[in-house]
Amino acid sequence: MVKAAGLSKVVPNGASQLTILHEIDLAVMAGEAAAIVGASGSGKSTLLGLLAGLDTPSAGSVHLDGVDLFALDEDGRAALRAKLLGFVFQSFQLLPALNALENVMLPLELAGTAGAGQHATAMLERVGLGERLAHYPKHLSGGEQQRVALARAFVMQPKLLLADEPTGNLDPDTGAGIIDLMFALNAAAGTTLVLVTHDDAIARRCQRQIRLHGGRIVA
Amino acid sequence: MKPVFQAPVNLPLPVKMLLRDWRAGELRVLALALVIAVASVTSVAFFADRVWQALTREANQLLGADVLLVSDHPFAPDLSEEIAKRGLARVDGVSFVSMARAGDVTQLAGVKAVSAGYPLRGKLRVAPRLNAADAETDAIPPPGTVWLDERLSAALGVEVGQQIELGNARLTVGAVLTLEPDRGVSFFNIAPRLLLRMDDLPATGLIQTGSRASYQLYVAGARASTEAYETWAKPKLGPGQRIESLGNARPEVRAGLDRAQQFLGLSAMLAVILAAVAIALSTRRYTQRHLDGYAVMRCFGAQQGRLFALFSWEFVLLGLAACAIGCVLGFAGQAVIARWLTDFVASSLPQPGAYPVLQGFAAGLLLLLGFALPPLLQLKNVPAIRVIRREVGAPRQGALAGYALGLAALGALLVWQAGELKLGATVFVGFAAAFMLFWLTSLGALRLFAALGRAGSVSWRYGLANLRRRSRANAVQIVALALGLTALLLLTFIRGDLLESWRTKLPQDAPNRFVVNIQPEQVQPLARFLAENKVEAPSTFPMVRARLTAINGRAVSAADYADERARRQIDREFNLSFMQTPPPGNQVTGGHWFNAEDLAQGSVSVEVWIAERLGIKLGDSLSFSGGGASATVPVTSLRKLDWDTMRPNFFFVTTPKALAGFPLSFMTTFRLPATEAMFTTRLTQAFPNLTVIDVGAVMRQINGVLDQVIRAVEFVFLFALVAGVLVLYAALLSTQDERVQEAALMRALGASRAQVAGAQRAEFMALGLVAGVLAAAGTTAIGYVLAERVFQFPWQFNAAIWLAGPLAGLACVALNAWLGGRAALNHPPMLALREAS
Repeated sequence: MVKAAGLSKVVPNGASQLTILHEIDLAVMAGEAAAIVGASGSGKSTLLGLLAGLDTPSAGSVHLDGVDLFALDEDGRAALRAKLLGFVFQSFQLLPALNALENVMLPLELAGTAGAGQHATAMLERVGLGERLAHYPKHLSGGEQQRVALARAFVMQPKLLLADEPTGNLDPDTGAGIIDLMFALNAAAGTTLVLVTHDDAIARRCQRQIRLHGGRIVA
Repeated sequence: MKPVFQAPVNLPLPVKMLLRDWRAGELRVLALALVIAVASVTSVAFFADRVWQALTREANQLLGADVLLVSDHPFAPDLSEEIAKRGLARVDGVSFVSMARAGDVTQLAGVKAVSAGYPLRGKLRVAPRLNAADAETDAIPPPGTVWLDERLSAALGVEVGQQIELGNARLTVGAVLTLEPDRGVSFFNIAPRLLLRMDDLPATGLIQTGSRASYQLYVAGARASTEAYETWAKPKLGPGQRIESLGNARPEVRAGLDRAQQFLGLSAMLAVILAAVAIALSTRRYTQRHLDGYAVMRCFGAQQGRLFALFSWEFVLLGLAACAIGCVLGFAGQAVIARWLTDFVASSLPQPGAYPVLQGFAAGLLLLLGFALPPLLQLKNVPAIRVIRREVGAPRQGALAGYALGLAALGALLVWQAGELKLGATVFVGFAAAFMLFWLTSLGALRLFAALGRAGSVSWRYGLANLRRRSRANAVQIVALALGLTALLLLTFIRGDLLESWRTKLPQDAPNRFVVNIQPEQVQPLARFLAENKVEAPSTFPMVRARLTAINGRAVSAADYADERARRQIDREFNLSFMQTPPPGNQVTGGHWFNAEDLAQGSVSVEVWIAERLGIKLGDSLSFSGGGASATVPVTSLRKLDWDTMRPNFFFVTTPKALAGFPLSFMTTFRLPATEAMFTTRLTQAFPNLTVIDVGAVMRQINGVLDQVIRAVEFVFLFALVAGVLVLYAALLSTQDERVQEAALMRALGASRAQVAGAQRAEFMALGLVAGVLAAAGTTAIGYVLAERVFQFPWQFNAAIWLAGPLAGLACVALNAWLGGRAALNHPPMLALREAS
């Protein structure tokens, strides 16, 4: 499903260069759940951004579902994301001007999918927020916001879900609930999951852990 | 469960986005800015359109019509019949000079016979007897009656109800004519007025073959129709026939109208500029609040072009809706004001045309394009990676270059609104220079304040540190605040100064009587008579009537000129004068005033307007002839004179000896108090041959026009005031999110409300002070340019501006601190911090 080869990211750092990722090679099979773990600054989020085609590498390649991501231009990568990917972020990234239902409808509307309202309502009911469709993000708790984000990610029925520290802004109990929900949805949809976390307990729930240290895979 | 509000699913996505953003309050400030901008522009446009139409009509009152055809022989039937065919109103008039008799008394009278409906523009005013209150009338004298003006009544010694003789007819005096709107059109050679109806004219037997009379066709109707008629009639006019319309009416009236338009244009421009600033600030805030949403949508796979198109459409839809609402508000606003101004507008204002709506939409969309698009364009640069790394893709602060399109649009709008390139460009350059200067000075001042903020209380240090940390954002805020304050100061100080200067250009003690036909031997006796009656006659001018016959030896005639005014002038006898020293209020703009050699050999000084019209240059030799005499003199100077002053003005002034041999008379002017109506009678009894011209009526008409314009300008400035306040509000909002979050953080860290408020106060005070000083400087500079360069009034330094500027700046930030500080302090820290995350 996802294959990275020789993936490097180097950024200028004053007069010198800072290597964030160093020749990463990895592959995640379809239906597999993989956790990228490591300490802060180990390059986890940068790797996730590159796997999603949100950023461009200094060297190397990423293939998503067999398509060479960086052979495409930005709009081509966006089109591929629309087709294949779902995202969950640490900071939820809900649009504050939209209520819960509209936040979930948004990717469907952008894709021109018919029946966006029904699909989004059904998805929010699945994550237990059927009673809070009209609530705005600022009126939802952190856990509820992340559930809206999960509904928004799964409503597009993505082949690959990329989750960046999905519990990073939540208390342990709420975080555990979100992780349970995410794995349940993932299992039901048969989605491939790439999860970035620094929490080993969460990482252990994935079939595979990819440990990063100083921009290299150490395990 | 709370009902779910959502846009109908079958609406296009930009409409849904618009409705959602609107509901969430994201667009309200922007929309308000746009609505107020359009409302200001259209209110101005609607009202200016109506005022302009009214002013045009007022000016037309000086003609008594929209178009006046004048002929020295009867008009061909096709010229008059065409008027009715085109659905226009028509009145016929004949005027001539004749003797009116009452018993033993005879008096030269300016007789005017008119058909029903006269005047088509303006109203006659009549009084039931001498020195009684007068009133407007729509009628003309009934059959068998005449209306005499006060001078003729007094000269003839007749009262209402008594009879006079005019030619072969005996007519009854029906009323005292106190105001004749078109009296001023050619107020030289006006004998006291006798008005009768056209039907009674044949009975007088005064109009016969070869009679010297002037025939008039008064035409009025819709502007387009009268203009079309004028165009149609012009080529059909023969020798001795001419058309008078607003465009070629008297220069002093034209000058008044031109200046009126400039004032209104300037007022409208202030609102436009301020609205542009408000729109730019509002959109910038909108963009900042949508950076994350934009990145998320990119993350979902929305392509850049599509997203930008979505946002653009959302703004265009918002713009159209705001323009429509603005136009409605503008229309309502002008209607309210027109009603409010009823007491000041002599006649009811005409309904505005549809053009202001077009103007409103064009202005609104141009402002949106110029000032909302640049911040929106910054969204295009937001990378999707921002969803993971928030520090990426923040828009550049205060990217002035991005507003090049907006500044160009604003420049075009300014010129359009001003209706004149020079005024539009002057204000544009003034504001652009002020903007740059404000920007650079703000940055410098912020550094200075930051340096001062290294000592003192925590609040003081933190507040002033913020100045430096947000220096660009703060500079934007200072510039916006300074611009708003500049407008406010312009409104309160410069406007007053300019209007006062304008008013005083027509001094209340200006002469209101011109006396002409003074024979040389009457000059001394007349001076004694005036002195005995305690009437001050400022000066007496010699006057010679002569035609300009040749320029540089080449004979000139109307056929040599394309310009209508030049054709008219060259056909007429000019009133020339001669003197050794320049007439008061005249300014030599080319060549030199008469020196000893000129005085010895003879030369002429020419007024610049007529010189341009007739193609006369310095050094040309001009030939004049009149009364059997002729003279040829070189042009040694060009003079500029002020038509607004109501002083006797001469197109041609020669050296004293140049016109020797020409028939000579003198003229003088004096101011007659309103209570001295009978003085004119005593004067004409003492000097029966003198013609005393009452310019009081003309003065009253011009003053009336000025009054209306001043009211209109004051109203139009109100919109600039509203727009200025909106800029301040938008500037406050532009940093409010950040301030709320910072206040929450400070409070979460244990700061007291007083400490948070103190920090904000220190920051706001510095901002207000800098903005206020800048505004005072800007206002002074703009006032100087406007006074000296545009309106040509003497500029005077106004120290009060330098006190009011900083005070107003501090007052505004005090309001800011109250509003912003209140928002920051009342926002629960937890909620603010959660939103920030």
